[in-house]
Formats: sequence, structure tokens, C-alpha cells
Amino acid sequence: MNLRNALIVYRKELRDMLRDKRTIRSMVIMPLVAFPLLFLGIGYISAEFSGEAKTEIAPVMIHGGEDSPKVLAALHDLAGIHIVPYRDDAIREVSDKKIRAVVEIPPGFDAAINSRQPKNISIGYFENNDKSEEAESKIETFFEKYRDQVVRAELAARGLPANLMDPFTVKSKNVASASQVGAALFGGWIPYLIIIFSFTGATYPAMDMAAGEKERGTMETILCSPISRTDIVMGKFLMVVTASVVTAVLSLISLGVSFAWAKPKLLAAAHSTFQMSIEPSTVAVVVVMLLPLAILFASMLLAVSLLAKSFREAQTYIGPMTFIVIAPAIIGALPGVELNWKTALVPILNTSLVSKEIIAGSYPWLYIAAIFGMTCVYATVGIATAVAMFNREDILFRA
Amino acid sequence: MIEAVKLCKNFKDKKRGDIHAVDNVTFSCKPGEIYGLLGANGAGKTTTLRILATILAPSSGTANVAGFDVVREPQKVRARVGFLSTATALYDRLTAAETVEYFGQLFGLDSATIQRRTNELFKALDMDEFRDRRCAKLSTGMKQKVSIARTLIHDPPVMIFDEPTNGLDVMAARSITDFIRQCRDRGKTVIFSTHVMTEAEKLCDRIGIIHAGRMRAEGSLEQLRQNYGKDSLEEIFVEASGDAQ
Repeated sequence: MNLRNALIVYRKELRDMLRDKRTIRSMVIMPLVAFPLLFLGIGYISAEFSGEAKTEIAPVMIHGGEDSPKVLAALHDLAGIHIVPYRDDAIREVSDKKIRAVVEIPPGFDAAINSRQPKNISIGYFENNDKSEEAESKIETFFEKYRDQVVRAELAARGLPANLMDPFTVKSKNVASASQVGAALFGGWIPYLIIIFSFTGATYPAMDMAAGEKERGTMETILCSPISRTDIVMGKFLMVVTASVVTAVLSLISLGVSFAWAKPKLLAAAHSTFQMSIEPSTVAVVVVMLLPLAILFASMLLAVSLLAKSFREAQTYIGPMTFIVIAPAIIGALPGVELNWKTALVPILNTSLVSKEIIAGSYPWLYIAAIFGMTCVYATVGIATAVAMFNREDILFRA
Repeated sequence: MIEAVKLCKNFKDKKRGDIHAVDNVTFSCKPGEIYGLLGANGAGKTTTLRILATILAPSSGTANVAGFDVVREPQKVRARVGFLSTATALYDRLTAAETVEYFGQLFGLDSATIQRRTNELFKALDMDEFRDRRCAKLSTGMKQKVSIARTLIHDPPVMIFDEPTNGLDVMAARSITDFIRQCRDRGKTVIFSTHVMTEAEKLCDRIGIIHAGRMRAEGSLEQLRQNYGKDSLEEIFVEASGDAQ
């Protein structure tokens, strides 16, 4: 390969691509606009709905309790709920989201407490419905406190200290760093996003520079020049890799900035104190790991696009390829899928899993070296395939 | 100088089996001469010219273009050839000047030479007005001028034109035929293909009639008239092609 010639082709392709609105849209505007909008949307919706569940005065029905005025009075005084008259179809009212919960107080509840006979309170609610779960939580907390009061009163009546109830306390503490917590939660999705964006970023330029050029008739024009076909395909290939990496990096930056900007709003909406940070250097290492994968994508896409006679035909070939790329990337992002020597052999999945490990703060060097090397080999085979195809007349001039 | 000897090009087709697109084609063209390759659609003209421009490799036979073998030294051949056809389109998103500059770079010219040659060509072809306009915005005639400038940037000794006036209006076609004459007058070796008889009659010093991949008749217009006993090139063409059927 003559680098000078390949760079002439590369510079021309770069200029050409930067003037193409469709490329700019997929490479720059989408990542820079999509993520802020996505987070803005999520932030807004979370704040709207999650906040609503917290602040709502939940309508609740009580069944029974006529002979237990003490507990009934205490329930009426509970903030955050509003007792509505009981109806026989209370369960349906809950499932129809007309009321949030129904509390079943067994007969003789107050008396049973005095006689120390255990009784069961039941709360009917709608699982996974935010507002119903919020009401259920308030009522359950109320009864736990009510039970404590009963026990403390009993202890006091017997002259026993109140702390008899609490011989010891248990306190859970997160010992993982903020970056580890972040990695456990989002670590799998960062390589997934980079993989997807590096693939989608390479797709349009590859189709345009191979099948598109055939269709427009410019392929024959460039073949008239004295530079070798290897130089031409390498120049095009470098451009596809550039588009792939730029799209992935811009997406990551946009994702990071959008998340940092939206995080306080999201946490406030969720009433969470969750902390998360991923070092930029960690992301840089992951990007380096993903570089040979971007090269593999670029060469594969270029080779497949060369097979097609037109842009439209290339789209029909690349559509199924997208699923082949997305499937291992998604599997790698799922919790519980771990890196081992079996998964390390599967292209894309291996890079996804090792990147997850790196983000989590552990650096399994043997796996890193093996997977990086393996992906480099795949990428080299991909480049060789694209070059070989570009040198085949039956592919370039397919009738 | 172009010398093609027993050129063959075979393709495999799933439906039609082996296709002999070019079958033992032999001819030559000297500097300062226009050689016309005359044939119907699918006769093998484009394949022959693509072989001479080293875009395709011959299945057998050989061709020498500007002193270099098309199989052994294709890059040296391409460096000495200007190839223009309706299939060689322009990049829509590059301007006329950028297109010519790009090909100058591909042909290994330095910046000063590219600049000088571009200015000369743009002046000669009256292209300064649309120099910085993107090719997508140019008329068909303007595009043809850009293509001509692109093929001439490296001042090649051999020019190959594949149906260069196909689909052009009268004025644009005329500018192309004028340009082909100028190339001959400057001592370049010129070969061009066409299926338009009047074009061949007006331009060519020698004509080769190709049909079904084979060279059916060859010679100057006068020689062909004598051999076939007919005045009209169209009549000669029909008879030469008919002989083959």
C-alpha cells in the first residue's frame, strides 16, 4: 500500500462526507441532539410522575375496624392518605386505579392487642403501580410504628426500659467506590452504546463509498487513475473508520454531558442519593479496546457494500448484519453475563464483556490482551477481504 | 501508440453461461490518429476500451498502450491514458476545480503543476465561470467539460473515449467532437467508440467495426468503401455486422 495515495483518497472522501447532509446527520447531529433530548425527556417524565406519586394524597378504603376505634383514629390521622368510604368492590377499585389501597382490619383488633393475641392486618395494592405502591408503603410504615408504640407502652407498663426492643442495630454501608457502583449499574451499557454507535456511524459512509459510487458511476472514474486499487480501498476504509470512531466518541461525550446535566434532576425526582462517576481515563481505555472492533465493522461494511450494485441493495444486505452486531452487544450488557474463556471467543460479545470489566475497575490483563489481539486478527481479515473484493472485477462490475 | 493483439475477455453468467465479450480483437492506433471503434450496443466496444484503460484485465491476448503492457504494468498505462466515458461520472459534492485538483494529485502531479494545468485547462475550455461550483449544480455540458479537464490534467499521450457523446445535446456533443479533433492535432493517440455513424465518418482516420465481440472489418473510411463497394458507412456497418450473423 502507498500511504500517500491512500491519504489523497481519504482526504477527498473526508471533504465529500463533510459536505453530505445525511452523513452529518448520522455522525454528528444525531448523537449530539438525541442524548440531550432523551435525558431531557426522561428527566421531565420522571420528575412529573415520580414526584406525583410521592405527593399524592392517596384514596384508601378500610374494611372492618368498627370495633377498633383506636387504630381507626390513628389511620385517619395518617398524613398522605385519605380514607374514603368502603365499598364491596374495593379490590376492583384498586385494580381500576380509582383508589390506591384497601386495608383489612380484623374484628376485635384493639381488644386483641390488649389481650396480646396476634392479629393479621392485610393491605391490598396494585404491584408495580407507583402510586399504589407509595400508598402501600405509607400504610405499612404506619403499622410498623403503631406496633412499636404498642410494644413500648407494654414495656413501660411493666417498668422495663424501652431500649429492650433494640438490643442492637444494623446499619448497611456501601463500601464500593462511586465508580464501581456506577459500573455495576451502567457498565454493561457503555460498551453496548459504543459498539452500536461505532457500527451505525460506519454504515452510511461505507454504503455511500462502495455501492453508492458504483450506482453514481464515480467508481469507474477513480479506477481510471494510476493508483492501485488497494490504495483506493484503504483510503475509503480509513474514512469509514473515522466516521465510526467520531460517531462513537461524540455519542459518548453527548451521553456523559447529558447524564451529568440531567442527573441532579433525575435523582431529585427519584428522591435518591445515588452517586456515580466513571473516570474519563477508563472510558479512554474502553475506546482503545473498541478501536479494532470499529476497524472490523468498517472493513465488513465496506466489503458487504461492495457486493451491492446500488445503495438500496446495500441496505438490504446491511439490515440483517445490524442484528448480528446488536445481539452479542445486548447479551454483553445483560447483568449476570460474565467474562470467561468461552465468552472471550465470541467476537463483539468478548469486547463488550471485557470493557464492562474495565469500567468496573478490574483489569483482567490476560483477557484484555487475548481479546484485543483476537479482534485485531478479525479486523485484519476484514481489511484483507475488503481489499480482495475491491480487486475483483466480477464484484466491481457486477451486472 | 496502442497495439491490441488477440484480445479476449470472457465472463461467466449464471443464466447465459460463458460469454465471449471480446473475441480475438486485434488493431492498432498511431499517435496523431483517431481510431473509431464502431459497434452496436453490446458489441464489445466498452469492454475493449476498459481493457485498454486497464480497468478490466484481458482473459487472454495482450495490449500495449504508450509503451506499456496492460497486464504487466497497468498503473504505468493508466498514468499515460485519459479515459472518458458516460460511465465515468463526477463527484457531486466536489467543485469543478476540486475535481480536477483531486485527479491531478492521483496522477502524482505536484501542487504548482496542478495549479498551472488547471488554469490552462479552465481557460481553454471556458470553465472559469463555474470553477467553484459543485458538480451537482452543473449542466450536462459543463459536466462534460469538467470530465475533459479531469482526463487532461496529466496531459496524457493516449486518449480513450467510450461513447463520449451519448445522451448529450447537439452543442455539448459538438464540443466533445471538437475536443477529440484537438487531441489528434496535438499528436495524441486517440481511440473512441460510438454507434453513431456520422460521428465516425466525420472524425475517424481509421475505423474498426466490432460485432459480437469480434472485429469484422477494419481500415480507413476509403478502404472500407472500396472493400464493401458502398458509400454509406451505415450500409458498410450493416453488411459487416450481418456477415457475422
